[in-house]
Amino acid sequence: MTRKQRRMTIIGGSLAVLALAAALVLNALRDSIVFFSTPTMVAEKHVAPGKRFRLGGLVQPGSLQRGDNLAVTFEVADGSAKLPVAYKGILPDLFREGQGVVAEGALDANGVFKADTVLAKHDETYMPKDVADALKKQGHWKDDYGAQASGGAKPAATTAQGSPQGAVR
Amino acid sequence: MIAESGHYALVLALGLALIQSIVPLIGARLRDAALMSVARSTALAQLLFVGASFVALVMLHVNSDFSVANVYENSHSMKPLIYKITGVWGNHEGSMLLWVSILALFGGLVAAFGNNLPLSLRAHVLAVQAWIASAFYLFILVTSNPFLRIVNPPIEGRDLNPVLQDIGLAVHPPMLYLGYVGFSISFSFAIAALMEGRIDAAWARWVRPWTLVAWIFLTLGIAMGSYWAYYELGWGGWWFWDPVENASLMPWLAGTALLHSALVMEKRNALKVWTILLSILTFSLSLLGTFLVRSGVITSVHAFATDPTRGVFILLILCLFIGGSLSLFAGRATSLKQGGLFAPISREGALVLNNLLLTVACAVVLFGTLYPLAMEMLADFKMSVGAPFYNLTFAPLFALLLLAVPFGPMLAWKRGDLLGVTQRLLAAGVASLVTVAIVWGWVRGGSALAPLAIGLGVFVIAGAVTDLVERTGLVRLPFATVLHRARGLPRSAWGTAFAHAGLGVALIGIVCETTWNSEYIATMKQNEVAHIAGYDVKLDGLFQRQGPNYREMIAEFNVSRDGAMLSVMTPSKRSFTTRGSSTTEAALLTRGASQLYISLGDATAEGAIAVRIYHKPLVLLIWWGPVLMAFGGVLSLSDRRLRVGAPKPARAKPRLQPAE
Repeated sequence: MTRKQRRMTIIGGSLAVLALAAALVLNALRDSIVFFSTPTMVAEKHVAPGKRFRLGGLVQPGSLQRGDNLAVTFEVADGSAKLPVAYKGILPDLFREGQGVVAEGALDANGVFKADTVLAKHDETYMPKDVADALKKQGHWKDDYGAQASGGAKPAATTAQGSPQGAVR
Repeated sequence: MIAESGHYALVLALGLALIQSIVPLIGARLRDAALMSVARSTALAQLLFVGASFVALVMLHVNSDFSVANVYENSHSMKPLIYKITGVWGNHEGSMLLWVSILALFGGLVAAFGNNLPLSLRAHVLAVQAWIASAFYLFILVTSNPFLRIVNPPIEGRDLNPVLQDIGLAVHPPMLYLGYVGFSISFSFAIAALMEGRIDAAWARWVRPWTLVAWIFLTLGIAMGSYWAYYELGWGGWWFWDPVENASLMPWLAGTALLHSALVMEKRNALKVWTILLSILTFSLSLLGTFLVRSGVITSVHAFATDPTRGVFILLILCLFIGGSLSLFAGRATSLKQGGLFAPISREGALVLNNLLLTVACAVVLFGTLYPLAMEMLADFKMSVGAPFYNLTFAPLFALLLLAVPFGPMLAWKRGDLLGVTQRLLAAGVASLVTVAIVWGWVRGGSALAPLAIGLGVFVIAGAVTDLVERTGLVRLPFATVLHRARGLPRSAWGTAFAHAGLGVALIGIVCETTWNSEYIATMKQNEVAHIAGYDVKLDGLFQRQGPNYREMIAEFNVSRDGAMLSVMTPSKRSFTTRGSSTTEAALLTRGASQLYISLGDATAEGAIAVRIYHKPLVLLIWWGPVLMAFGGVLSLSDRRLRVGAPKPARAKPRLQPAE
């Protein structure tokens, strides 16, 4: 093989791997990306049942009900809309009524959000950043959260795995 | 006084770094040995001063001096001593100080042990180190000074985030930083080579040990962090594809590629330009990781906008170093002489394939990490890219890589014989197929993916073993000869085998854990028994206990199997009064490589408690794999070939050379 042919083989191989990776990424982007919504956005956009997304907002005070076998229901509110959420399992340590929460799952036929994952921040602000931003945008931002959120050091971010999200399945 | 001394020492370190940035370069230009040697003394003095500064911060934390804002925000007088010390880097300012301390440590090591480097190369390398150091000293002093005082000192501190009050914090961040920052050395060598316009195989011989050291620490650091998350976060997950984790994975992928391409450069004097580029990219990814973690941009681009000073500062450093080094590369790379021809099917070719797949996998992770940020910034909608994305993209690429791994070390340099290698790997292939069949039959159907992946893991391990068998002549030669050959085999060959086998081991662990993990989640009352994976887990009772700075609720479980009592497990839930938050301390019972994992949820009013019990088959393999890899790295590091400036072997080479 001449030098040129060898070079072409290597370049061709590289391009093949790159094309493969690009195809994989494009394929994955089609159906493995999860979007973030607030109850208001869900109400406005009419999200189809069964479509997975992340729901963020505040846990409506007084809405938490524990059923049998670790089944829980609560409502997630963002000031202008509310959405009932059903979940089965253990809630994270930092889950509180009136505090921020992010749940991942999909709507069922009755418009109840069936969550299979509930995320809460492992820091003292109890306010996931996604939720804070969404609330700020809608003007439902309480100053005390703001003070906490900006004043709170983020020690959890120091390490790769003392990472700020703890998830519960 | 201590805080002021620490601050002062840091300023002095900055001054020294600035001298080190400029004077050696002037010396190199004027060919003045004295000026070039300035780099050595300043690097050592810099290490001394930044070390003093770090010790000062540790002392402030140990003494619980709450007049210092950093101590007030992250410490508590009741906190156990070990967490007072580890809490130093459990926060932004302290961890940046640890970062620069380790940077200075590596600079100091080059200065102390680089006596046999050409004088001008050493001067250049240390000057580049000093540029990085200066930038980060400035960053600390301007935006995140850990020594700031509070005007009215409070009596008590706010305590460290309870999740971080764990032995993991003592080990994980220093290890990770030793890895991250260790790649600065290969970066500095690359820039020095570009500035000097000279690069040869000797350059690769100097760079490889440093890269290897950084790689070993990074491997252990990532594995340690993963195990920490596994037992601390309470739901048994060990990798979340969270941007902070990706930030450490990307330099690891690029660094692994660099290790392999430096090998080609050292042995065959080829892939020079590519090796230089990889050195730059690896450290750039470390810097990018630092930026992602430290700027707050990960949690939200808006968080970045609310407190932009730190983020913008690191972004500037990032642009300066990545942009600068890549422009230098673009300008100078063509002047480096190319060398070393090889056929596509050869050891070099295999290493190119390795590099290709690793860098592409790294690019995929980079894309997955930055894409949500870009979309939020440009299109203003939020999304998350999680495990499903990486399973569809990263996993196939890595599977291809693993398939190729056993072939690489068995191919000859320059021109390899793929057919011959395939024949020699036949036994490994058969072993892997048999495993697939056995696993498939044992689980009776189900997803075909898991048995195939385990077969792949077995193939990688068997391939590593085959390589050793071939080299020592086991089976076909008399035993004494085999022993003799094994002793004569370069340590790096053993290192390769261990590191590659480690990959297979980790893969098997990952597949077993994710596929056959069984879980039991329910509320349990006293004397209730849970059955999981053949174990009977009985709740004996709940107790309260007072810890040094927390209250703890402990549940005692009796674990038995087939009526025989095995052990008592005591998971607990700690509530920390100062921060008003709680942590879940899981209990682990290790049986071989498998683990039983219990963590607690909330107690109900009737005295029952929510419990999560997992049985995780072969889960420990996930971390034994990286430990094996790191061990392989250490073996390779102890190879005499890599000992910088090691004298030529005194003995005549043994007559029986292992077949390369």
